[in-house]
Amino acid sequence: MSPVRTILRRELRSYFATPIAYVFLIIFLLFLNLFAFQIGRIYESGQSELSAFFTFHPWLYLIFIPAVSMRFWAEERNSGSIELLLTQPVTLWQAVIAKFLAGWIFVAIALALTFPIWITINYLGSPDNGTIFASYLGSFFMAGAYLAIGSFMSALTRSQVIAFILSFLVCFLLVMAGFPLVMDWVRDWAWPWLVDGLGALSIYSHFENIIKGVLDLRDVLYFALLGAFFLLASAAVLDARKSS
Amino acid sequence: MIKTQTLTKNYSGLLAVDGISFSVEPGEVLGFLGPNGAGKSTTMRMIAGFITPTSGSASICGHDIAAEPLAAKSALGYLPEGAPSYGEMTVGGFLDFIADLRSLAGAVRKTRLEYVTARLELEPVLEQSIETLSKGFKRRVGLAQAIVHDPKVLILDEPTDGLDPVQKHQVRALISEIARDKTIVISTHILEEVDAVCTRAIIIARGKIVADDTPAGLKSLAPSGRLDDVFRTVAA
Repeated sequence: MSPVRTILRRELRSYFATPIAYVFLIIFLLFLNLFAFQIGRIYESGQSELSAFFTFHPWLYLIFIPAVSMRFWAEERNSGSIELLLTQPVTLWQAVIAKFLAGWIFVAIALALTFPIWITINYLGSPDNGTIFASYLGSFFMAGAYLAIGSFMSALTRSQVIAFILSFLVCFLLVMAGFPLVMDWVRDWAWPWLVDGLGALSIYSHFENIIKGVLDLRDVLYFALLGAFFLLASAAVLDARKSS
Repeated sequence: MIKTQTLTKNYSGLLAVDGISFSVEPGEVLGFLGPNGAGKSTTMRMIAGFITPTSGSASICGHDIAAEPLAAKSALGYLPEGAPSYGEMTVGGFLDFIADLRSLAGAVRKTRLEYVTARLELEPVLEQSIETLSKGFKRRVGLAQAIVHDPKVLILDEPTDGLDPVQKHQVRALISEIARDKTIVISTHILEEVDAVCTRAIIIARGKIVADDTPAGLKSLAPSGRLDDVFRTVAA
């Protein structure tokens, strides 16, 4: 078995070794449905679509994803097991990828468990299932980008709390960057290229495109590049810490 | 075999290891002695590839740890200081995980897992999670992990720390038993261990080698012929 698969399996099992993963899944599903029905009013709106449900994903992920990724490296360093792992015949990059993939699979499970809302909306009306599928895919890619950012922050510190806060802050800034409120304010004083650049960097505007039903390759590419960048940065940070 | 050449580690101004060169041949059991903070663990970590030396190099069975890390690590069994592992895993699950990483398969895998379980007396705790184990068991799980793939080279950082006298004796017997065709380095601050298992000892202090000889040769350095007198003199 390849080292990536071996480490991935160990990581994924460790999520479910304690009740924390289950508690987490329940809270995630509870909040998502609460938001969608109570604040998003998808039932009362009379529209058979789920964009009100997906709109909350970038916000809920701010809390949910850093809580998954904070343990990636901080816990290994804190318990000393990182020394055991990295003296096995595995490369740093394999370990970084394996941990990331395990987290991504865990998020995929959480996301998949929201399926009743998809069934419900199909029962109530006839939604555009292509758009819903694309939105799920977009949400999954967005989660990957968040996780990669979290992986980087977790590699920076041995404290899971600090890793959580840093990941939250960076993801929060990336979400807010595209928000009309922020964009309008920036437009007042900044150069146009800065406004465009900021808008292009925003998690929110890319995700918004996808849930509107426009699955543009550029939006997917954005999340893929953001993820790849922070995973490479995770490996670079871990490598730099070996020499410090 | 293990070979290090002017291995040096500088922690932003603090010279933890200062140009250490030595080589260890198969069949040798080298005791690595020195006061706390002398640089024993740092040296071992550099040889095992966990930290990168500021300068100098180390190789395991001819594979340079910087140039061919996977080949070097494959030939090495390493017990880090404090025998860290994954607390939430069961002993059996943990050893399976290591066997997977070490690419053990089929009959060899089964034989090796049975061997380490029996030799380190881990049968009664195989289904228990590691965090619930006593210090002695944890250390033996760490040892099992280090030898499961029958490596040519073993680096053990304080292998008997936390063990009771009976367990200490067993671990020393195990080391002597497997030492014949292997290259072994153990660090310790228990001087009697040097007499019990080592064919050679290096004393390091403040990051430098201050003595390198057989246990008998080291003893002859002090008029009293006692190892702890030698230790106190050269390490002071």
